[in-house]
Amino acid sequence: MTLADTANPTLTSSILYLDGISVSFDGYKALRELSLVLQRGEMRAIIGPNGAGKTTMMDVITGKTRPDSGEAMFDGKYDLTRLDEADIATLGIGRKFQKPTVFENHTVEDNLLLAVKAPRGVRATLFGRAEPGVRATIDRILVTTRLQDHRARVAGSLSHGQKQWLEIGMLLAQDPKLLLVDEPVAGMTDAETAATAELLREIARTHSVVVVEHDMTFVRELGVKVTCLHEGAVLAEGTLDQVSAHPRVVEVYLGR
Amino acid sequence: MSARLDRIGLVFVLLLAAAAIAVPALSLGVPESSPFSLPPYLVQLFGKYLCYAILAVALDLVWGYCGILSLGHGAFFALGGYAMGMYLMRQIGTRGVYADPILPDFMVFLNWKALPVAWWGFDWFPYAMLMVMLVPGLLALAFGWFAFRSRVTGVYLSIITQAMTFALYKEFFRNDFGFGGNNGLTDFKDLLGFSLQSASTKAALFSASAVALILAYATARAMIGSKYGKALTAVRDAESRMRFLGYRVETYKVTAFVVSAVMAGIGGALYVPQVGIINPSEFAPANSIEAAIWVAVGGRATLVGAAIGAIAVNFAKTWFTGVFPEFWLYGLGALFVLVTLFLPRGLLGLLLAPPRDKAPTPEPPALAVEEGADP
Ligand SMILES: Nc1ncnc2c1ncn2[C@@H]1O[C@H](COP(=O)(O)OP(=O)(O)OP(=O)(O)O)[C@@H](O)[C@H]1O
Ligand SMILES: [Mg+2]
Repeated sequence: MTLADTANPTLTSSILYLDGISVSFDGYKALRELSLVLQRGEMRAIIGPNGAGKTTMMDVITGKTRPDSGEAMFDGKYDLTRLDEADIATLGIGRKFQKPTVFENHTVEDNLLLAVKAPRGVRATLFGRAEPGVRATIDRILVTTRLQDHRARVAGSLSHGQKQWLEIGMLLAQDPKLLLVDEPVAGMTDAETAATAELLREIARTHSVVVVEHDMTFVRELGVKVTCLHEGAVLAEGTLDQVSAHPRVVEVYLGR
Repeated sequence: MSARLDRIGLVFVLLLAAAAIAVPALSLGVPESSPFSLPPYLVQLFGKYLCYAILAVALDLVWGYCGILSLGHGAFFALGGYAMGMYLMRQIGTRGVYADPILPDFMVFLNWKALPVAWWGFDWFPYAMLMVMLVPGLLALAFGWFAFRSRVTGVYLSIITQAMTFALYKEFFRNDFGFGGNNGLTDFKDLLGFSLQSASTKAALFSASAVALILAYATARAMIGSKYGKALTAVRDAESRMRFLGYRVETYKVTAFVVSAVMAGIGGALYVPQVGIINPSEFAPANSIEAAIWVAVGGRATLVGAAIGAIAVNFAKTWFTGVFPEFWLYGLGALFVLVTLFLPRGLLGLLLAPPRDKAPTPEPPALAVEEGADP
């Protein structure tokens, strides 16, 4: 980090600061000079057509993909491009994947147990005793995610929607500072979608959140600032109404 | 681990404990004329199976629970065996052909004047036992560190474990490597002063192997039952997910790999005094593959199944190689194919309830979702 950066007020007040991020896969540019700033405590919705680079952006933030160029800072001081997945998770960035990924052979409860914020080292898990508050945390999250009747079930036997919720529950258990949520309502019924929006609004009271979603009803229910990505760069930013009225956005979504 | 599997494990441990007492009793306490008398050669043969079972449990810990299909575990077994063999060689002393008080026969034969550094201290039993664990453990640590940190997985990992054991196989063949070349180490006389030829030593080695197998099982079971074990199986099922949860996946794998290698080394150390020889063929890549087949036949990710698989397959091998010596490999191959096709959970799958813990509670999933999600 240079002195100039430290003096940058946008950077120091942000939880997430992406500046000029570019990523290419075998010459295909998935992200082109993408810039995005998220304030502490803010929830942001990201929309954009398939292949816009939304998931790739999350890959960059969580250390899965290294950008070719650009700056990615967390909490105003951590350079995400130099850390690996486990370091970044430990710093306090949690992620829900586009395709729900829970531990299928573990029970719902064990899925949450593995996610709960606790020492992650081998010595702690091999010899340590369960931390006092863990059980209560898990109970609370089971209620929040409406999985309390399924705690002993093997996660692989849950319905698609329940898996999505379990994964959100795992995010909560991690208690990260920043949550990245990739398409949380894909494959959900309308009722489930509405409940998920409510849950995310609840979470956003105490966390910074980035939500990627195609479902516009859902985005509207979130009622937050929207960023539209297209071909790896920001196309428009503002309220959902502003963004959807933007001529370029209309053009992109209607495919001319 | 299901409760049922644990019950089977308990029965298995009790049977082993009973055998550890009964076998010496039948071998030493019953007159040879009695039909219940156990001839020493059988005691030795069963003792050998138990050592293989230790190797199988070790392999199941990494393969069954962490998805690391090591096809080089025979190397850890052999290294433990060599460490024990070195102790046994130095115990021979002046009773060797060349009667050199320090140098084992093969060194005198090669005209060596001094004991190589690698052999120092091996006349002292505790040091040799330390090496039985340390040498396989350190190799596993170094190998695992590089392989897991570079995120080598799946078939590639299996291939480099084969390469590892093959490289050792080649090295140990060389006379100037210092471990007896292709003849290996043999002509052992005694262990801690007890003659290896005597029936009582054979019985004691059998019991020691049974106890070691119980301890290996108990250690692995305790690891699997801890939060560490849950994390390990989670790594097996969704490795990258664990990274995004903040786990250092490579440390988890290395730990299991090292513990497993040490176990395999102990198995090898108990094996050598019972078979009376250790030579480079123990490093042969095919040996490690055979060990993986025992685990698959017995039932992966069950621990007990792995041990049962090792004992059953080797029992079959002894019989088969007696009757149709040329066809054993075909028999083994056929067994492997049959088990993979018809018993995906191995022999132990026959004893276990229907797959996973899913079946017992019939749930109408669609309905459950609606109830759960309606605000
Ligand atoms: N590992 C990769 N290798 C090659 N190309 C990739 C890789 N990951 C992503 N891409 C490409 O980069 C582009 C952006 O993909 P990304 O998954 O970020 O899109 P997205 O906005 O999340 O789309 P969707 O809405 O379909 O999830 C796509 O064209 C995709 O094919
Ligand atoms: Mg995507």
